[in-house]
Amino acid sequence: MAAEGKVDPMHQFSIHPLFGSDSWNIGGYNIAFTNSSLWMAIATVLLIVFVAGGAKRQLVPGRWQMAVETFTGFIDGMLAANVGPNGKKYVPYIFSLFMFILFANFLGLLPLGVFGLHAFTFTSHFSATGVLSILSFSIVIIVGLAKHKLHFFSLFVPHGTPVPMIPAIFVVELISFLVRPFSLGLRLFVAMMAGHVLLEVLSSFVISSGNASLGLFAIAGLPSFILMIGICALELLVAGIQAYVFALLTCVYLNDAENLH
Amino acid sequence: MPQIAQLAATYSSQIFWMLVFFGFTFFVVGRGMVPKVMETVAQRDKQIADDLFAAERARKQADEEEASWRARENANRAEAQALIADARGKAAAATADRLAAAQSVIDGTLAAAESRIAEACRSAAAEIEDVAADATRDIVSRVAGLSLDDSAVRSAVKENLVHG
Repeated sequence: MAAEGKVDPMHQFSIHPLFGSDSWNIGGYNIAFTNSSLWMAIATVLLIVFVAGGAKRQLVPGRWQMAVETFTGFIDGMLAANVGPNGKKYVPYIFSLFMFILFANFLGLLPLGVFGLHAFTFTSHFSATGVLSILSFSIVIIVGLAKHKLHFFSLFVPHGTPVPMIPAIFVVELISFLVRPFSLGLRLFVAMMAGHVLLEVLSSFVISSGNASLGLFAIAGLPSFILMIGICALELLVAGIQAYVFALLTCVYLNDAENLH
Repeated sequence: MPQIAQLAATYSSQIFWMLVFFGFTFFVVGRGMVPKVMETVAQRDKQIADDLFAAERARKQADEEEASWRARENANRAEAQALIADARGKAAAATADRLAAAQSVIDGTLAAAESRIAEACRSAAAEIEDVAADATRDIVSRVAGLSLDDSAVRSAVKENLVHG
């Protein structure tokens, strides 16, 4: 692959077991500790370090504490705006969700290749984002049914729907409701994967043209490289926005469960 | 696309470790640390609100004290002004009285002195007339050897004294 000067843009997403854990399993289900699991662990550890550093409980906060309090305040404000006073109890979950995704996205963008390491973005796997989206969706359904019992299904019949339209509207609303976990998980996975593929493709242009000739590098490689710098900045933005969107949509869905329409 | 190509082999591992690490994050960070951070923020907000309230109350109290002090001060000042005005009036009246008394004494003394001066003038003038008449008669009798009538000499002297 490298000998031919070609880069496989999808190779970065491949999962492989680490530490000879291929055969770990529970009841026949493989639970190998993979590179994906490793980066989940790194994200978890860094997040714990980050928040623990800000939990000093000083009356006059330092910079670190200020940063952590800004994030909790941000999540608190988001829940207050979207769910209302009932949303306060979801702060731990939404905070964990937002920060976990944010750290995962940023960690995946770190230029660790310079040091011979390979950053892995587990949010570019729908098998990982799907877990988070199904978790959010399950919480919505459980809260909705626990709080409103069967009245929860009135969510699928908006106010003022004419009686003859109710069956059709119910089906449409039900489908749109059931699509939510998929859209939630796929949106994050697609956005992260697309950005990483784009960066990889552009970098392959730089490498291939550089290997071919100086002239080709000047007309194809260099513009690609400049474009990559811009797209790196864009990817940092996307990393933040996708974490925000995931948390925000979870808040919006929780609002449906808490307050119906 | 490894996400799909490796799905069958890796989905259980992905789901398992995702639940493990996200669950760990949720319980340690979300449930363990975030409430403490939020509590700290709430505590600080409360303290700031309390401090602001106390400061506002202290300011109001200071304002009230200043207002009462000002009223007291104004009353005192008015009282002092009244005292000063009163004293000034009394002093002016006393001065006027004393001046009037002194003036009347001075006037009396002046009048007496003037009458004395007038008297002295008059008696002096009469004496001068007598002396002049005697001198005139003597001069006339010695120079001219005339023995003139006393009243004629006196009227002539008077005429000469008056018209000089």
